[in-house]
Amino acid sequence: MACFLVPVGEAVLTTVAQKVVENREKKAVGQGEKKVGVVGAASTGVKWSQRLGWLNKMLWGGSILLALEHVWHGEVVPWPPFLTAMETPGEVGPMLHEMATYGVAMALVVTVVWAIIVVVAELRAKAMPGEETRVAGGGA
Amino acid sequence: MWLLLTALAAIIATALWYANSPGDKYKLSLLSFIYWGAAIMWLVDHVIAYAQEGGEFFEINADATGLGFSVLLFGLFVWLIALLVSDPKRVIRGILKK
Repeated sequence: MACFLVPVGEAVLTTVAQKVVENREKKAVGQGEKKVGVVGAASTGVKWSQRLGWLNKMLWGGSILLALEHVWHGEVVPWPPFLTAMETPGEVGPMLHEMATYGVAMALVVTVVWAIIVVVAELRAKAMPGEETRVAGGGA
Repeated sequence: MWLLLTALAAIIATALWYANSPGDKYKLSLLSFIYWGAAIMWLVDHVIAYAQEGGEFFEINADATGLGFSVLLFGLFVWLIALLVSDPKRVIRGILKK
């Protein structure tokens, strides 16, 4: 019904977070700071803003394609209130329940997969000491 | 069916990204992430629906196949727009400067 709105909400938050982290990284570089870890590049040479970019792409991309599926099934329409479930008072409750179950589970699993990607990239970089790791698609 | 097609597209896009790495001139990582994000979300959707309601795990019929191909095309469209906006070969910028 509207489960994709939960990943969209998370995508908005992580996009804002990415911008904030990106600004901090730029400031840190501008000040000649050499600290790494919290906001800078870690052992992979990939910045946190780039890592958040991976999550953003999965969340936005997945949500956009899910929105198309909802349009296909007539659950989302181009006129207000946009969600057909909102037109019937009796369907609002099930819609919210679906968002709380399906939507939250989707957002959670995508985030867990992203966390695994980040951890694996870190572990692989640590296992190859002295070798500079380049990550394609690292950009936001 | 759309889950299967999206997962297949995600695998192909990832293989293409890997073949072109470490460079990512054509933003194939973006295409991979778009398809993987959707595939993961639909997998979760299918698993929960199957656990709660049972029935067939994969919906295989003409409508589901049509949706699957529409989703693939839409993903490619989003990627193409991002590619043209970033214009890595500076083709668009060159045309506009003329």
